[in-house]
Amino acid sequence: MSVAPELTPLLELNKLSMSFGGLRVIDDLDLVVNQGEIVSVIGPNGAGKTTLFNLITGIYRPDAGEILLGDESLVGLSPHKINRTGVARTFQTLRLFLNMSVIENVMASQYGRTKVDVVRAMLRTPAMRREEKEIRARAEEKLTFFGQRLMGYRWNQPAYSLSYANRRRLEIARAMATEPKILLLDEPAAGMNPTETHEITELIGQLRDEGGYTILLIEHDMHVVEGISDRVVALDHGVKIAEGSFDAVATDPRVVEAYLGTKTTTTK
Amino acid sequence: MSDRPDTPAAPEPPAEPEAGPQVGVDSWVASHEGRSGRGGLLGWLARTWESIPDAVKLLAFVGIAASLPFWLLTSEGDLFNFGLFTLLFIGFGLGLNVDVGWAGLLDLGYVAALGIGAYTYAILSSGYYGIHWPAEVTLPIAMGVAMIPATILGFSARRLLGDYLAIVTLFFAEAFLVFANVANPTIFGKGLTGGANGIPQLDPLTFFGHAITSTKGLYFFLLGAVAVVAAALYLANQSRTGRAWRASREDPLAAEVMSMPVNRLRISAFIFSWAVAGLFGAIYAAILTATVSTNFSIGLLITIYAVIILGGLGSIAGVVVGAIIINCVFVFLEPQTDHPGFKRWLFYVTIILLIALLKPWYKAVVVYVGTIASGFIVHAVVGAWAGPAWTSGKTVNGASWLSHWVVIPKVAHGNINNILYIGLVAAIVLVATLKGWWRIIALGPTLYLTAVVWENVLSENPGVTALILFGAMLVGLMITRPQGLLGQARVEIV
Repeated sequence: MSVAPELTPLLELNKLSMSFGGLRVIDDLDLVVNQGEIVSVIGPNGAGKTTLFNLITGIYRPDAGEILLGDESLVGLSPHKINRTGVARTFQTLRLFLNMSVIENVMASQYGRTKVDVVRAMLRTPAMRREEKEIRARAEEKLTFFGQRLMGYRWNQPAYSLSYANRRRLEIARAMATEPKILLLDEPAAGMNPTETHEITELIGQLRDEGGYTILLIEHDMHVVEGISDRVVALDHGVKIAEGSFDAVATDPRVVEAYLGTKTTTTK
Repeated sequence: MSDRPDTPAAPEPPAEPEAGPQVGVDSWVASHEGRSGRGGLLGWLARTWESIPDAVKLLAFVGIAASLPFWLLTSEGDLFNFGLFTLLFIGFGLGLNVDVGWAGLLDLGYVAALGIGAYTYAILSSGYYGIHWPAEVTLPIAMGVAMIPATILGFSARRLLGDYLAIVTLFFAEAFLVFANVANPTIFGKGLTGGANGIPQLDPLTFFGHAITSTKGLYFFLLGAVAVVAAALYLANQSRTGRAWRASREDPLAAEVMSMPVNRLRISAFIFSWAVAGLFGAIYAAILTATVSTNFSIGLLITIYAVIILGGLGSIAGVVVGAIIINCVFVFLEPQTDHPGFKRWLFYVTIILLIALLKPWYKAVVVYVGTIASGFIVHAVVGAWAGPAWTSGKTVNGASWLSHWVVIPKVAHGNINNILYIGLVAAIVLVATLKGWWRIIALGPTLYLTAVVWENVLSENPGVTALILFGAMLVGLMITRPQGLLGQARVEIV
């Protein structure tokens, strides 16, 4: 890619394992995401991609292994604390605060970045007013990142009134407003038409180049993965089966096998 | 990615025409509400209402409420029943709105908080223990005491939500009643809560040596308290904490991942709710000058829920409107000497207005004509067939013209009242199952039957009638406007 990333590891997973009952969903996984990189995780359905995100963000606790952000271990922290150390995510099945306005969604997620307590809020102290102004300004800044898509009249509308693609964008804006070091995007292009997919691909590039975020991405759409990934990691049954450039991974026989099955199982 | 030749060029997004959004684009969808009706008087009212700043709304409410004792509620009794109790219900509703409306926690133990506030005031400001602390000390203590169980219940909301939390909180409310009523532990030689008799003869609210004893004084004090609490809760809701409460109601998991400590927020919502309840519970006790555990039973809980659901969950203005409607309906249905005919007017005017909502207009006309006609026909037929003894009864509280239309027997004939009542229920079920014009045609006789039942049965039994009307009102509301009168429509995307 055009930007040569300096290879300082930001997110490190060491020997990460997780099972549900007897089912191993993540098996001895090692993964490093370097500062300023865009890393894509691919794999067939049920490969453990979303579980990986749930582990990193603290929704699940790993059975074994380490998750490091910089020097800080994330294992055992509650999700809101993990967010405060600098990890933000979007969800595969959109999870917006649907009955709040668009801008409130982006303001709400700054909770962990702000301090004024509710007593001072009820008294509307100068510190509170100042912070509230900052919250709104940051929310507007993040929404402006999406150009015309989330501008102006839409800010005060309830989030449920947005189109599907805009809800995906709003989720990214909400994650950005927590000022993370690394953004985890879970299928950002799912359910989008080709134009929108192309737009989101460019947007993810901009997030890295202009926003300065490191990005870990789950995506099924290979055009997106091919377009932006510095590195691609392929998972199958919780095991890393390939890692490297898109072309290398896409032609790796084990990846092809994971997606299409082995030759012996085909009828011809 | 610029070096990949096979990436398709992004088509320019279509420019939006100046005149208005194109059909199908986002802004067209967004302006749906503006296009699809909400015209006419109701639409104008809704738009005007939304354009008024919230501070102005609060000032207008306080201004109007403060003027009421001088023109509308001039008599002592009216000011007490309509004014004071409406304000109390607003206070109760404001508290419940925090944990139920904003934080989305189904709290059925709320009445216990009111009771705790009331008993705290009763113990610290009465001759019961001989402690006569002034209200400026007792009210904050009442709030503080109510916060303690709120914290404990808040911890249970860490793991329990929805039905489970409802069960735990309901259990707490019942346990409180049993504690106050039966357990009544002996402290300093006396039962702490006075058992079934409660604690009588509380001090009047006394601030810095000035006792508020007149109804008017209590009214203005309570109005001030309600306004301050409403403003404080409004400001809390418009802060990062308020946004986080609502976010954790909308999607707790997403809120947690987006840096909000959901468990702590739930506890704080409980504490806010119960502190407000402690305050107004104490004021309630002071106004009644006594406190008994039966004041804080499930009936009160249901009424407060009716207030916030009718007005619209999560809306402060909705709490005010809901409290006014619910309390006034209650008072009007009570047997009262001040306004004997009012109840009847309320009943008929409500029905006439409800029918006027039918669209198109000629359906409403058909129903009106059908109702009036079936009245005269039935009256004539019954008079000719069964004799004047069946039709010569008089209505209660005057309105003699009604007895030429509604069949009122001179004396009660066996089970006729019960049969009429069951017949009405059957007729309503029938109307609900019919479709189209059949329903419109059946509505007329059914409404007439309603009037007959009202005059013969319901207006004689105000207690039962109040509950039936409440039920009907809430069912009607659920069907026509599930978000409540002033609530925001809640949408789930599936």
